Amino acid sequence: MPDAGYPLLSIVVFAPLAGALAAMALRSAMAVKWLALGTTLITLVASIPLWIAFDRGTHAFQFVEEYAWIPTFNINYAVGVDGISLLLVLLTTFLSPIVVLCSWNSIDKRVKEFMMAVLLMETAMLGVFVALDFVLFYVFWEAMLIPMYLIIGVWGGANRIYAAIKFFLYTLAGSLLLLVAMIALYFAGGHTFSIPDLMGQPYPAAFQFWMFVAFFLAFAIKVPMFPFHTWLPDAHVEAPTAGSVILASVLLKMGGYGFVRFSLPMLPDASALFTPFVLALSVVAIIYGAYMALAQADLKKLIAYSSVSHMGFVTLGLFVFTVQGIEGAMLQMVNHGITTGALFLCVGILYDRTHSRLIADYGGLARTMPLYAAMLVIFSLSSLGLPGTNSFVGEFLVLLGAFITRPAYAVAASLGVILAAVYMLWMVQRVLFGEANPRNAGHPDLSLRELATVAPLVVAVFWIGLYPGPVLDVLHASVNHLIDQTRVGTGSQAALSWSDLLWSAVRAVLPS
Amino acid sequence: MNFSWFQLVAIAPEIVLTIGACALFLFDLAIPKHEKDKLGYFAIGILAVAFYGSWKLAAVETEIFSGMFTLDPYATYFKMLVYLAGAITILLSMTYLEIEKIHLGEYYGFILLATAGMMVMVSAGDLIMIYLGLELLSISLYIMAGFKRHESRSVEASAKYLILGSFSSAILLYGISILYGIAGTTNLKGLGAFFAAGAVDNPGLLLSMSFLVVGFGFKVAAVPFHMWTPDVYEGSPTPVTAFMSVAPKAASFAVFLRVFAEALGGVKAHWQPILITLAVATMVLGNVVAIVQTNIKRMLAYSSIAHAGYALIGIIVGGGLGTMSLMLYLMIYALMNLGAFGVVIILRKGGMRGEDIADFTGLAKKNPVAAVIMLIFMFSLAGLPPTAGFVAKFYLFMGAVEAGLVWLAVVGVLLSAVSAYYYLRVVMVMYMREPGRDFDLATSPAASLALIVTTLAVLFIGLYPAPLIDATKAAILQVP
Repeated sequence: MPDAGYPLLSIVVFAPLAGALAAMALRSAMAVKWLALGTTLITLVASIPLWIAFDRGTHAFQFVEEYAWIPTFNINYAVGVDGISLLLVLLTTFLSPIVVLCSWNSIDKRVKEFMMAVLLMETAMLGVFVALDFVLFYVFWEAMLIPMYLIIGVWGGANRIYAAIKFFLYTLAGSLLLLVAMIALYFAGGHTFSIPDLMGQPYPAAFQFWMFVAFFLAFAIKVPMFPFHTWLPDAHVEAPTAGSVILASVLLKMGGYGFVRFSLPMLPDASALFTPFVLALSVVAIIYGAYMALAQADLKKLIAYSSVSHMGFVTLGLFVFTVQGIEGAMLQMVNHGITTGALFLCVGILYDRTHSRLIADYGGLARTMPLYAAMLVIFSLSSLGLPGTNSFVGEFLVLLGAFITRPAYAVAASLGVILAAVYMLWMVQRVLFGEANPRNAGHPDLSLRELATVAPLVVAVFWIGLYPGPVLDVLHASVNHLIDQTRVGTGSQAALSWSDLLWSAVRAVLPS
Repeated sequence: MNFSWFQLVAIAPEIVLTIGACALFLFDLAIPKHEKDKLGYFAIGILAVAFYGSWKLAAVETEIFSGMFTLDPYATYFKMLVYLAGAITILLSMTYLEIEKIHLGEYYGFILLATAGMMVMVSAGDLIMIYLGLELLSISLYIMAGFKRHESRSVEASAKYLILGSFSSAILLYGISILYGIAGTTNLKGLGAFFAAGAVDNPGLLLSMSFLVVGFGFKVAAVPFHMWTPDVYEGSPTPVTAFMSVAPKAASFAVFLRVFAEALGGVKAHWQPILITLAVATMVLGNVVAIVQTNIKRMLAYSSIAHAGYALIGIIVGGGLGTMSLMLYLMIYALMNLGAFGVVIILRKGGMRGEDIADFTGLAKKNPVAAVIMLIFMFSLAGLPPTAGFVAKFYLFMGAVEAGLVWLAVVGVLLSAVSAYYYLRVVMVMYMREPGRDFDLATSPAASLALIVTTLAVLFIGLYPAPLIDATKAAILQVP
């Protein structure tokens, strides 16, 4: 079991927090920007040993650190990663410097507070992925709302206040149910908040039912799954570019991560029971999101709805309970982080120049901004899942996994892939080709800084697209173990019918 | 009754405070008008001496004066809480009183007297003593509420509080007398033994319990006995409001729990449904009505009502976890609410009343430090980690789940989401609106100290609650 010999994970998680605290002492905006960039780069470098030293042969949590935090209630500061969380940790550390860079010029007021909020976000997001104690997880999960609320509400667009409060209340309402569920698990699981200990316990079916409902609401809002997605377009459209990138690339992954980390291994019976619903909602999200994307006149809204569609593949893959499906879903989460983040960067680059996000205001950009056009084409093709790009691998695996156990859903979901090609290519055509809008004539092509924000993402697109092996290797052991964990339950679940279960679930909460 | 010196030692902190208060009234005559601050610091000194005394007595557990007065860690915990609240209130008051031109020495004397009243309450071993302490507290508060005697709102608050308060005290007294009729004693332990001995089938019991609930419900501002709260909170001088919203509330809850757990623990099945109804009504009304407030003092009044609803869960749950969570909640609530009021207080300067939520518009741009402090308190009141407010709510809900009242916890958390809306509105106007004016804050070293202490405490408890939890656990009320 790898152990760095020093608190590696804690350093990675809290380095951004230290940066945020240090920023308080600085006065000049430029110094704060460099500090933020430096901090995120240091965090990225610090996280590389995780990738190198990670033992790909075991599903056990690695780089574990554990200290007593609130001993009276057996609450610990416990962190560690397995294959599933490792990828999301690396995704976060990889994207954070890009987030700082893309706000370099576009954020011009209260730079210090903005960079502090971004750094606090990074700590909270990393904390969510590495926490092995439910209370610790919850603290990071909720703490993240505060900086994100400010990022949308202070630095966002015209309708930012509405979007920020909607984002906040939606996600808060979901998480609070998670809080009650977490406490109930503590008592049912033998007075422990340890995430590994809470897995694989034989919770009664009726108990699992209610736990699943509470978990589902929290995670489905975060993903967001249809019909809980309505906060997302508002938040994306109003957030500054950096906010959109954080939201799309990392924040939405927390919902998917929640399903993999909690719902499936802790509540296998209920997960199996709810599978048809989750799959149906996933397919609806895939198709509905794509259709909505088709109809959007605003670039950010288009990408926001494409997110709903792409995240539908994630939940679809998770709930088909096959190795391919779950690995595909995990990969799809990473891919969506890379590709959608990149698309939001591209929109941000345009917006900085023209202050418009309307597709109709553009056209013919391929002639004036060729380099930019190349980037937008690459990311659009990645988004629609062209073979050779990252999304192809993820979506292909998800569909493959789905065909094994749930062919009908797979067929329906395939429709989403076709629609994705329609809306992405149509968008590319309207923005890059055709009649040029004379207002956009004098705009320069990508600057070096902008190139630096998108270039790493291009590399990631093709790396995962052409050689996904190293990424999948990280997942194998953990996903296989997860499949075992979900199978443990299926025996008892088979005997239960929906009507039995509903009745016992209702009885469980009625006063005796 | 045998008298010993030890009995005087046990009530030494109370004696110190009472003598201190009387001394303050005298000194006031000799201190010139512009040096009244000295009296404030003198009062803090008295509180420090009393704190030291209670600290020394922390491990003592005894009953004196024929069971009238109980000294136990539970009482000491709440005494510490009220010293802290009193001292922070004084720090926040000095500049405010100066600005309002009501800087009179009596103010500090009444804070000490109110504190002494609360100490008698939390240490009472007998219903009569509770009543005595409650009256000492209430009369001091009636006067303090009307301290801005040239302002009609303040006088109205005082009068309203006096009339409704006396009414509720009378009802409480009536409840006590019926209880005496049933059990033949007003001693809490005696009552506890009486009800533990067997099921009591006396219609008078329900009546007396209801009256007790009304009396205590009024003091802690539980719905439907909350009507006085918004008007009194709005009209009183802001530091008095801050004090009223935390210390008397904590002391009343301490007594509430002691009476219902110790004296009426045997008939819990009778009073639990009443309190559950009360808790739900309080959480719903407090949180929902707070949304539409435009005056921040009224908003915090309804928020304080809502928080009383949460705290009631602690009494309903009872037992080790319930008691602990209630004690934890009241301590944390005192810190964060005093802090929030502290920011409201420093906004009051010159022509600026600083009482409308709109008055906070753009504060983040003009004074980022004050804004971030307010932000921390707002998120803490909403119960978000990593602030102390989360810790407070977490254990209450944990108690509810342990007691099998999962639905009550669900109601609580959902209303927490509602509460986030109005707390966030303050954050929103501070951070997301452009300032329309310059802020000239009434900061003073004393007020700054109070704000720094409360802010750090709220963050520290939020991040590392273990020490406070251990201290609370050691002071849990022992019910036979």
